[in-house]
Amino acid sequence: MRSFVPSRSSLLMAPALAWLTALMVVPCALVLALAFFRRGIYGGIEYSFTLENFGLVLDPLYASIFLNSARIAGAATLIAVVIGYAAAYAIAAAPRRWQPVFLFFSVLPFWSNYLIRTYAWIVLLNREGLITQLLRWFGYTGEPPSMLYTEGAVIAGLVYNYLPFVILACYAPLSRLNPELAEASRDLGASAMTTFRRVILPLTVPGIAAGAVFVFVLSIGNFVTPALLGGGRFQMIGNLVYDQFLTANDWPFGAALAMALIAIMLLVLTAQALAADRAAGRVAEAKGGADD
Amino acid sequence: MSAPRTLLAIDKVSKNFGRVTAVDGISLDIGENEFFALLGPSGCGKTTLLRMLAGFETPDDGRILLDGRDIAKTPPNRRPVNLMFQSYALFPHMSVRANVSYGLEMERLPANEIRSRVDAILATTELVAFADRKPDQLSGGQKQRVALARALVKRPRLLLLDEPLGALDKKLRGAMQLELKRLQHEVGITFVIVTHDQEESLVMADRMAVLRDGKLLQCDTPHAVYERPADRFVADFIGVMNFVPGKAAADGVLAANGARISGAVPAILSPGAAAVASVRPERIRLFPPPETANRVAGIVEALAYHGLDLQLHVRTALSQKPFLVRVTADAADRRPVASGDAVELGWDAADVRIFAN
Repeated sequence: MRSFVPSRSSLLMAPALAWLTALMVVPCALVLALAFFRRGIYGGIEYSFTLENFGLVLDPLYASIFLNSARIAGAATLIAVVIGYAAAYAIAAAPRRWQPVFLFFSVLPFWSNYLIRTYAWIVLLNREGLITQLLRWFGYTGEPPSMLYTEGAVIAGLVYNYLPFVILACYAPLSRLNPELAEASRDLGASAMTTFRRVILPLTVPGIAAGAVFVFVLSIGNFVTPALLGGGRFQMIGNLVYDQFLTANDWPFGAALAMALIAIMLLVLTAQALAADRAAGRVAEAKGGADD
Repeated sequence: MSAPRTLLAIDKVSKNFGRVTAVDGISLDIGENEFFALLGPSGCGKTTLLRMLAGFETPDDGRILLDGRDIAKTPPNRRPVNLMFQSYALFPHMSVRANVSYGLEMERLPANEIRSRVDAILATTELVAFADRKPDQLSGGQKQRVALARALVKRPRLLLLDEPLGALDKKLRGAMQLELKRLQHEVGITFVIVTHDQEESLVMADRMAVLRDGKLLQCDTPHAVYERPADRFVADFIGVMNFVPGKAAADGVLAANGARISGAVPAILSPGAAAVASVRPERIRLFPPPETANRVAGIVEALAYHGLDLQLHVRTALSQKPFLVRVTADAADRRPVASGDAVELGWDAADVRIFAN
């Protein structure tokens, strides 16, 4: 801090800070405080301090739900990154004037409601849904495949919903890549595959990382998609938190679960920020070194 | 210099992009160890031709023979040809050493051979002290040397250079012109350089090809192209030229004002055809002896002192544009002229080139 006089930039930030404080920091602090109280006998809250709720989070039953969520989120992230990177690569390779059009279409689903988009998947995956009908049309006569209310359906829904983030995050570094770098690699004797592995991929990793963190963080805490497409048969943390607050009426335990989830998300985000910082630090160092 | 063995034969090569013909039936032979320049204004097809030699474009027509083998359809990673990119295209995530090693790693050479060859080329290009730096820690001149080292370390049969000095400032460019020529001599590799800078090709090239609208206008030594340009465009593009438009006569050109410029008329020009007589500024004398074939009176409009010589703009009745005259500082000292002075210009018939106009 250079001075205590409020600068123009801090004045400009004031509304955003006020908004975040009132609607993010304060509610989070309240939830955090809640996690240290006991559940009342008839629901409600008994205002006496305890760490029991956090102990319960580590109970194998609940810890396995955390692990399950991480596994599902991880699978969704992997699939979304592979599909999203390929799509971003294709868009960046398209003629310049078509690129905004393709980008527009890839984010188009965002213009509709998340819930509606998820219900659309039910229509697709239903026992007598579009996919089954399509199979019948091709002559399939056996049992309709059970796709809805499976882990696969949850992963498909998560991938579908967060794919545009990955496409946008990967498109940015891919479109900025000097095409002569790939040509130079070919010219020096590298195959197309080696060129991708040694030149294109390393230079676009920041985009992949940003997209992946986004999908993972949004997926691991997701509640709507597992509730609708998973049918509540296997739970993710989001559903568990929902249950604790609204069904089991155990607010303190729900709060502890929510805090554990936030901690995991912060851990992932911090790791990514540190990695990005290190990369930026190298660049800054490089810029400094060029002065002499 | 005896004619070298032909290394690269470009045989009636054409390339179209949609309805645009970028390269139109060009044939060229480039010799072993030659420093060859492809010169022309932007859009003349020189870069497309270079990209076909590198393998990034495939000719629609014609053959490209390297050591007698047609490589027109060989992918870039499978031809003994390397390109130094105009943007240098250094890999930003790799150190100087990693950039230079990359091409040898692709050849799957043993690690100790890669190391010794990279060390040698870093020494030749004076980059040893920068081996561990990343490209964005280098100056423009250093980047240019890394790009050169990265291509040369592969010991290609042919090194292509796309405007290699374009990104450097003028002073550095002059030094690098001689440096490139020295290096080419040292490594004994054929260089083909693309440039729009006629001075660059005059200074560096053993031979040069002048291109325009995808066609080859002239291919010869810089001296021959300068002294005996093939047509009006080449005469104008290479160096500075004074033009006197008029009509072809038996032994010269009749200017619009009735004056006659003596010079050899090419056979294709029939008498009365639109023609243009041209003469280089350094071939014109001030106050010529009376027996000089071509003489004209004029008024000095401007003069600029350039150290070794003096450049004058002289308004005459022969052409719209003033004549540009270059006289040595010695000659100017013997008989000083100033702006506004009436002078007489003269030049020999042998120094006149006449073209169709």
